[in-house]
Amino acid sequence: MENKAALSAGERLIKSKRNRSLGELRGKILVTLCALIMITATVSVTIFLTVKGLQSFLVNHVSPIEFLTSTNWNPLADDPSYGALPFIFGSLAVTFLSALIAAPLGIGGAIFMTEIAPSWGRKVLQPVIELLVGIPSVVYGFIGLTILVPFIREHGTGTGFSILAGTIVLSIMILPTITTIATDAMGALPSSLREGSLALGATRWQTIRKVLLPAALPSLLTAVVLGMARAFGEALAVQMVIGNVRSLPASLLDPSATLTTIITLNMGHTTYGSVENNTLWSMGLILLIISFVFILIVRYLSSRRKI
Amino acid sequence: MNSKVADRIATGVFIAIAFIIVAILAALFSFILFRGVPQISWEFLTTPSSSVRAGGGIRDQLFNSIYILFITMLITVPLGVCGGIYMAEYAKPGKVTNFIRSCIEMLASLPSIVVGMFGLLVFVNTTGWGYTIIGGALALTIFNIPVMVRVSEDAIRSVPAEMKEASLALGITHWHTIKTVLIPSAFPGILTGAILASGRVFGEAAALLFTAGLSTPRLDYLDLNPFSETSPLNIFRPAETLAVHIWAVNTNGIMPDIREIANGSSAVLVLAVLIFNLLARWLGSAVHKKMTAGK
Amino acid sequence: MNKGVFDMAATITIEPKLHKHPTAMEIKRETILQTEDLSIYYGDNQAVKHANLDIEKNAITALIGPSGCGKSTFLRSINRMNDLIPVSWNEGKIMYEGVDILSKNINTIALRKEIGMVFQKPNPFPKSVYNNIAHALRFYGIRKKKQLDEIVEESLRKAALWDEIKDRLHDSALSLSGGQQQRLCIARTLAMEPNVLLLDEPSSALDPISNAKIEELILQLKEDYSIVIVTHNMQQASRISDKTAFFLNGSVIEYGETEKIFTNPDQEKTEDYISGRFG
Repeated sequence: MENKAALSAGERLIKSKRNRSLGELRGKILVTLCALIMITATVSVTIFLTVKGLQSFLVNHVSPIEFLTSTNWNPLADDPSYGALPFIFGSLAVTFLSALIAAPLGIGGAIFMTEIAPSWGRKVLQPVIELLVGIPSVVYGFIGLTILVPFIREHGTGTGFSILAGTIVLSIMILPTITTIATDAMGALPSSLREGSLALGATRWQTIRKVLLPAALPSLLTAVVLGMARAFGEALAVQMVIGNVRSLPASLLDPSATLTTIITLNMGHTTYGSVENNTLWSMGLILLIISFVFILIVRYLSSRRKI
Repeated sequence: MNSKVADRIATGVFIAIAFIIVAILAALFSFILFRGVPQISWEFLTTPSSSVRAGGGIRDQLFNSIYILFITMLITVPLGVCGGIYMAEYAKPGKVTNFIRSCIEMLASLPSIVVGMFGLLVFVNTTGWGYTIIGGALALTIFNIPVMVRVSEDAIRSVPAEMKEASLALGITHWHTIKTVLIPSAFPGILTGAILASGRVFGEAAALLFTAGLSTPRLDYLDLNPFSETSPLNIFRPAETLAVHIWAVNTNGIMPDIREIANGSSAVLVLAVLIFNLLARWLGSAVHKKMTAGK
Repeated sequence: MNKGVFDMAATITIEPKLHKHPTAMEIKRETILQTEDLSIYYGDNQAVKHANLDIEKNAITALIGPSGCGKSTFLRSINRMNDLIPVSWNEGKIMYEGVDILSKNINTIALRKEIGMVFQKPNPFPKSVYNNIAHALRFYGIRKKKQLDEIVEESLRKAALWDEIKDRLHDSALSLSGGQQQRLCIARTLAMEPNVLLLDEPSSALDPISNAKIEELILQLKEDYSIVIVTHNMQQASRISDKTAFFLNGSVIEYGETEKIFTNPDQEKTEDYISGRFG
């Protein structure tokens, strides 16, 4: 500041070693480094899990076809077989069933908050949803174990550990996800849509069904897909109520298992590097791939939304 | 006429749905709190757990949960805030930025059990550390970092552009502007987000099963040397957290008072999350009010 | 010339006071900024078209014209604030003391310190009055309390704000009135000892009394600084400026002594705009 007069404009204003700011450079390096760490984390998760997940096929020569299509999971037999289909089926079953329950409830809740009672409905339901998100998954599992499982045991057949119990626990867990995103989607619709339809004499329900829901459809589907992604990846809560058997279930009241529950249970009990252990990593790889697929679906849906 | 009836029925259905959602929450909370709170006593919180006898507490699990949370946030907050600064201020629209965004999105959608598996592979086996607090904290960092980045980016972006212009127009560097104008203004938002993320980390179990482990060594709380085997502060020891404890007790516990312990632990966990939630709202708005005082 | 009395007259009179610079025509001032064929684009859209303006030292230059005519864009290019808009780019030169300040190798940080800017909407930092001024000083290495105190007082005096708020230095700047906030923004810019002050409609968001105070202040500052002001308010331009440039659709239609522009413009469009036929 003092030597302003002494220096010429060129010396003051043209970039040089004298007037360069080291702080700026350091700051830029610091935050770029953090961005690089995020890239590194993502890339290394992908690479490490892919390499490890392929070992059962490449090193132990487990047939990928058998792994994906056989229902016979018996790694401890003399002639061990590694059919993971029951678990893949279990994962898909609880995911779709829980979406089937949670989607109408979540979207209905969103419509309630945006269309039926926008003022007080939001005030009551919003914090409820936020609190539901906050409840840890082991607590959901524990409640399922102490209420749901005995209830199903008494009113149905079997032990109560079942696909049904897993589905109900998961649908409550993904309900807040679906409701939150669906509420944002409905709230983002231009109010001219609403007013236009109501002005033409349509009732509120006709407006919702014929105008609002179709307009918000891609975003609502996004909400459901994100809910399903959460259900698919959830481990402990499901594991605590589903029963964890290795056969294909015949009914909703039968026990079953999912990819995540088998990993949870057996990862600690198997020797690291054994064939059975390696097949668990292959299941982890499936989880990773499916979570990529969910991202791609969400991307596709959001690209449709802009049109 | 028909459409009016349909409209009324539909309205009734939506009200019923809202009622069901509220009822679910009310039922969950009353179940946890009515059954669990009576189990919570000073003794329960300060007695070590026992794997065979009744009357065990959750002292070590509670400490482990808080300690792992602390270390996780110690790593995540600076990383997440810097990442948020990069995304909000330095990232130029283009392929690199899109790629980083995809990375964040991917990390955010990883199932936590997969994060745990990655932790097992890298922080437990490859490093040879075994089950450790630091391994658990690093796994939770991967789980938590996308949230912190998003929260920080949003908070920084919501600072009015005039603030940034004012500082830059005075001949202050971009970085100094970020440090002294943008971050302080974004602070309430970042704080709220960090506390909410803490609640999520505190309740997380699946990512910790294979990284911090299912056991805790005998701890001597007077031993504060972080390199000592029995010190609670040692980050290279296994540590079962409260959330993991609830799972472990229910899955393979053999003590006679499983239900009581699980009830009490769940209530502590839910109360903690509740406190995080309220704290986030209250602190966020209090800090915001203090900063914009006089307006 | 008794400046003080003169300024008072200028602020009290609302009518354009056209003969306030009796010697304006004869004065040949030094040039401080010179734009050479300056064009500024936002993407494909050309916001400023081939502007050639000589901005004079220790004078007030007003930029007038209807909204969207490019006058603010022009102003913001002088201290490179347009760099913040990723799609903006430019052609031509702005010469300042022999240096082209649009050139790539310019240190924009040093430039903005010398060419300060005050914005349309008062934008004090959510800090105390004192720290609003000390903020940038500390960045430039002034940390001694005594020296900071001195500069804060001096800048507030220059901005004619000291007497009003000297007891409230440690209150939040957001607790000041809009007019006070804007003068604080001017004060914190003055603390950097700039050569040129760029004012982007500095009083358009303010009430008439605050507006009058700001105008009075600008006239006082002319002695030490070269000032470029964008204004929507033609009375304001005629009251305070020495030179006026009329912008329309990105082009400089006419540039000259304020008195001439407002009494006897060469261009018909200028006359139409001045007399309120459009804009």
